[in-house]
Amino acid sequence: MIFNIPFIAVTALVLIGLYTVIFRRNLIKMVIGITIIQSGVNLFLITLGYRENSVAPIFTSLPPGTIVPEGMSFPVPQALTLTSIVIGVAVLALMLSLIIHIYRHYGTLDSKEIGGNEE
Amino acid sequence: MSEMSKIVRTISSISFPLIIIYGLYIISHGHLTPGGGFQGGAVVASGCAMILVAYGSIWTIGKMKEKNLSLLESIGAICFILLAIFGLGFGAVFFNNFLVGSDFLFGTIPSAGSTIANINTGGVIPLMNFAVGIKVIAGLFAIVLVMAHASSTREGKK
Amino acid sequence: MSKRNFAAVVFFLVIAVFFFFSALMMHPFGVPEKADMDDEIIKGVQIETGTNNGVTSVVFDYRGFDTLGEATILFTAVAGVIMVFRRLKQ
Repeated sequence: MIFNIPFIAVTALVLIGLYTVIFRRNLIKMVIGITIIQSGVNLFLITLGYRENSVAPIFTSLPPGTIVPEGMSFPVPQALTLTSIVIGVAVLALMLSLIIHIYRHYGTLDSKEIGGNEE
Repeated sequence: MSEMSKIVRTISSISFPLIIIYGLYIISHGHLTPGGGFQGGAVVASGCAMILVAYGSIWTIGKMKEKNLSLLESIGAICFILLAIFGLGFGAVFFNNFLVGSDFLFGTIPSAGSTIANINTGGVIPLMNFAVGIKVIAGLFAIVLVMAHASSTREGKK
Repeated sequence: MSKRNFAAVVFFLVIAVFFFFSALMMHPFGVPEKADMDDEIIKGVQIETGTNNGVTSVVFDYRGFDTLGEATILFTAVAGVIMVFRRLKQ
């Protein structure tokens, strides 16, 4: 149980973000929730690729006594996290600019007023 | 965004070249040490965004048009795809690392195990690092510059 | 509380319970079960790609198509931002 603390942290981050996306009506707060979900996913990827007492998979001046395949963490999840961070920045910029456009057009940031509330 | 006080402007002009040099170091040593095109490009773009915040968007867009940034980003993307297509032409498959072991440019193979940094290794990977670095610098700075400039012109009109 | 709000609460609670139990059922932290592909990449990275950095070689050589798609997404985002603000400036 105690060794699963990073996975529980991932769960907490994703649930906080999901709560914000579902129950908040402000568009800026929904964008913040999406960003929190994305950082939870990044933490999940990094956590999957960690081995105990391992170093980064870089051969330049390794610490002495490192066993080469078993003493290094996985390179593939780290590379995918790198890709995911850049995609996150791009999508965040696009979302924010569309929100600025929506605010200029409608004059509000409430998602129910924008979508035409039927209640 | 209007320009800030004289203290902020002086400090940012002093630290701007250091940030640029550090980012270029991260890009050019991306195949040896932690780092690469994305991270170094993000560092350089943050330095440019600091200049934008300190001097205001009107001064900055006089120095660097957004059209030139778009051109720079397209050049980076075309270089990246061209390197991949050269892999198809000289080697066998798309994204083939055709320069490794050829002793031409970045062609040496490092000895196995823990080595010291030898910058003449890696095949096409340092060239791709430079291409992606140019692309990320231009892309991120174009996003920040266009957002700041659009909000500042609307404020000035009111 | 309206009917839609109640459905949202039920959905959120189901997702929360599912996530929590799957987090408890993961493998212990630091002891992954399968490591074949990553071991092969770590063993072959200096001979096959000539670099010392495993992560950069995975990004640009072993999985170059991912980087190509990521560059496309960055290009699309920049083009979208410039398009939105060009219409907005007029």
